[in-house]
Amino acid sequence: MTTIKLLKSASFGLAACAVSFAFTGQASAEDVIVGLVTKTEVNPFFVKMRQAAEAQAKEKGAKLIARAGKFDGDNEGQVAAIEDLISAGAKGILLTPNNSSGMLNIIKKARDAGVLVIALDTATDPADAVDATFATDNFEAGVQQGAYARKALGDKTPIVAMLDGTPGGTVDTFRHDGYLKGFGIAEGDPAIAGAAITNGAQDKGQIGMENLLSKNGDINAVYTINEPAAAGAYAALKSFGKEADVMLTSIDGGCAGVRDVKDGKIAATVMQFPYKMAAMGVDAVVEYAATGKKPSGFVNTGSFLITDKPVDGIESKDTAWGLKNCWGD
Amino acid sequence: MSAVPVSPPEKTSGVMAKIIGVPSAGPLLVLLAFGLIFAITNPRFLATHNLSIILQQTVIIGTLAIGQTLVILTAGIDLAVGAICVLGTIIAGKLVTSGYDPALSMAFSVLVCTAAGFAAGGLISGLRLPPFIVTLGILGILTAALRLISAGGAFPVRDEFLGWTGNTLRLGGFIVTYGVLLMFVLYALVWYLLNETKWGRHVYAIGNSPEAARLVGIPVRRHLLSVYLLAGFIYGIGAWLALGRIPNADPNALQTANLDSITAVVIGGTSLFGGRGGLIGTLIGALIVGVLRNGLTLAGIDPLWQDLVTGILVIVAVALDQLSRRKG
Amino acid sequence: MKTPAPLQPIPSDSAGIVLEARNVVKRYGHMTALDGVDFELRAGEILAVVGDNGAGKSTLIKALTGAVHPDGGEILLDGEPVHFKGPLDARHRGIETVYQDLAVAPALDIASNLFLGRELRRPGIMGSVFRRLDKKRMRQEAERSMAELKFRLPSITNAVEALSGGQRQGVAVARAALFARKLVIMDEPTAALGVRETGQVLELIRAIRDRGLPVVLISHNMPNVFELADRIHIMRLGRRAAVVSPKTHSMGDVVAIMTGATRVEEARDPGV
Repeated sequence: MTTIKLLKSASFGLAACAVSFAFTGQASAEDVIVGLVTKTEVNPFFVKMRQAAEAQAKEKGAKLIARAGKFDGDNEGQVAAIEDLISAGAKGILLTPNNSSGMLNIIKKARDAGVLVIALDTATDPADAVDATFATDNFEAGVQQGAYARKALGDKTPIVAMLDGTPGGTVDTFRHDGYLKGFGIAEGDPAIAGAAITNGAQDKGQIGMENLLSKNGDINAVYTINEPAAAGAYAALKSFGKEADVMLTSIDGGCAGVRDVKDGKIAATVMQFPYKMAAMGVDAVVEYAATGKKPSGFVNTGSFLITDKPVDGIESKDTAWGLKNCWGD
Repeated sequence: MSAVPVSPPEKTSGVMAKIIGVPSAGPLLVLLAFGLIFAITNPRFLATHNLSIILQQTVIIGTLAIGQTLVILTAGIDLAVGAICVLGTIIAGKLVTSGYDPALSMAFSVLVCTAAGFAAGGLISGLRLPPFIVTLGILGILTAALRLISAGGAFPVRDEFLGWTGNTLRLGGFIVTYGVLLMFVLYALVWYLLNETKWGRHVYAIGNSPEAARLVGIPVRRHLLSVYLLAGFIYGIGAWLALGRIPNADPNALQTANLDSITAVVIGGTSLFGGRGGLIGTLIGALIVGVLRNGLTLAGIDPLWQDLVTGILVIVAVALDQLSRRKG
Repeated sequence: MKTPAPLQPIPSDSAGIVLEARNVVKRYGHMTALDGVDFELRAGEILAVVGDNGAGKSTLIKALTGAVHPDGGEILLDGEPVHFKGPLDARHRGIETVYQDLAVAPALDIASNLFLGRELRRPGIMGSVFRRLDKKRMRQEAERSMAELKFRLPSITNAVEALSGGQRQGVAVARAALFARKLVIMDEPTAALGVRETGQVLELIRAIRDRGLPVVLISHNMPNVFELADRIHIMRLGRRAAVVSPKTHSMGDVVAIMTGATRVEEARDPGV
């Protein structure tokens, strides 16, 4: 028994050593600490955001500490991250909130402690809970997608399928509603053949599209929450032999998505700019640390329609431009 | 500390032997070692404010891990902890937003969580189904039910009473929330049950050898049912604590609570095979995870290291358990 | 030539009979497990029950401990007819059973195992309201009981898993001795043990008898039976074939009766 217990203590000690190995390149006291809290570590959108923030912080001589939730909806993980960052002495925190109302208490706590809080990508509810929001206007991005789809359909009577992300999500709702607005129809319009939940994942996008096609084979326009969902939808359309007849559009501007546009799988996608959000955020924190000046309000980081089949009256860029400015790989 | 006082062999003597003899000594040493490393690398770590934050961050998983410990001590496993807890937050939130009395709403939602534990225990002890499968099934059912109840979305819960566990009070320069105190009270109560009463003895006996327990006349199935029932009740209290942490009812929340609570239990030295371990270890296990996450952030290190180190600790703990069981 | 034992050993003193079965019948479907069996356990004795597989040994024991309900006949405890509702009922009436598979919880300590299912609570409000265990008293009682049985263990606070197989079974036997008020039944208590460990357990069984508790010992192990038993009850075909004394009969006699090679009326020495 004794030897085992000694062994136990010793091995736990080993694990402790592993931690001490991790201590390389830690922050020196003078650095301005910028905290970044994203939704998850896995989404390439947030990976790009983090890389851009790290690059920008390096350039500005600041120290970036990045944290993330473990899954979409990990409010507790994000709250803990913010608490830790306040403790660490962060000057400002850039946050992509998992849930627009879930973070209100901790954001208030951070701001009361003199920390600048900027929402990236996703606004809080109410929006003035944070100092400023740097984000894509998701409603506007939805409008761009919907308007293009309607125009490109021409004379055909529209029959629309909606491939949503996670119902109730803030971004989800904006994009969904924006699409309908741009398309010129209202929620509940008979032109909507049905909706499916994809969680923004390719496999679920494919299943959702298959089911909707089984329900109504005449679908000719498909809204997708993001490009992975669109890729799934394309696979389903192809297996039904419908890929040429359906106006498949999306939002995001990931490089894989732009390539799909180039290959003609997706008709058009609306690109957003995570690196711009991150870089602007880091700049704002560094400036706040130096001068005490805070940004405020909603700052649209912009969105562009990317397509190789432009239609009259709708501004767009081609995929060559898209591939130069896309994120992820 | 544990209900299994194992006297050290006569050969070892003195303080060292005493420390080694306590089952939760290993995890405690790890916790102290990490604490020391972090304190040296960043003085902010030991700030009372920071320590208080670590405690607050441990509240939800730490509380859910109490129920998980009880279940694992009977050689079971509970994959539905997080889902039952979220169920509690959503029911309480829905009732209060519909205008019901907050205290009654919370009490009702604790009751529903207890009933969920009762259902799990009933299936496990009554139909003799494996706990893994039963709780996996309940997890699936609740995940769907939660989305349906909440119509897919999260909603804010702005109520004084439901958020009460997040309020702070000052204890000699140390700021704690009522939630932290409540968690400690739960630990103390369940520790007493496990170590000082017949009920606890029988939990260990059943986890050790259900056949032996049956032969000495312990009503094994009824006892198992009571364990899952109590676990469900604790998850219900966990829901109240979760609302104090984040005043938001979100069907997508706490998806990894099952694995996180199992991690705390295992790092704390409780055997997945049942009948060995204890609650103090679990509390230390939960704190180790919290300290790692917080300390690494303070040191400006990628917190992915936390997952890595936690993974190592889990494997070491399980391997040591296996080793000591084989020897015994 | 030895004299065969009488079929009915003279119940010299019916007040000295602790447990008795009369004409007990148990059927499972078409199979008759007990075909009108009689049984007598006298005060202060070790009675061995032997028999070939399927002779009805275990069914008899189950009937005596309340694990099965007989279809006919009666069971008397201290001369009073009893109907056990289950094993717990039999235990409440002072009958303790030790099983072949070690009925102990390995990670719990010796004292906890001794009192498992019958834990003592503290006196006063701590016990009645707060249900607090009286660990100290349980330890003391456990130590006292072990001392009485002259059963040496490293420490009462050792986990049972740290003990040898014989010591573990010793804990189970001591538990029965501690709580039995009328008698102890041992179902193959040494089947899983080695030679030396078996010796320890046999010592214990003798110590229990010497404290005045009668013991029923079910065993396949003839040398053990002959070493311990005061009388040997031999089962054959669901009935009691004979009750013999190890002093008057050899192992060969007993085996012959068990297998039917010797009918009791005309038992002869087969020579071992």
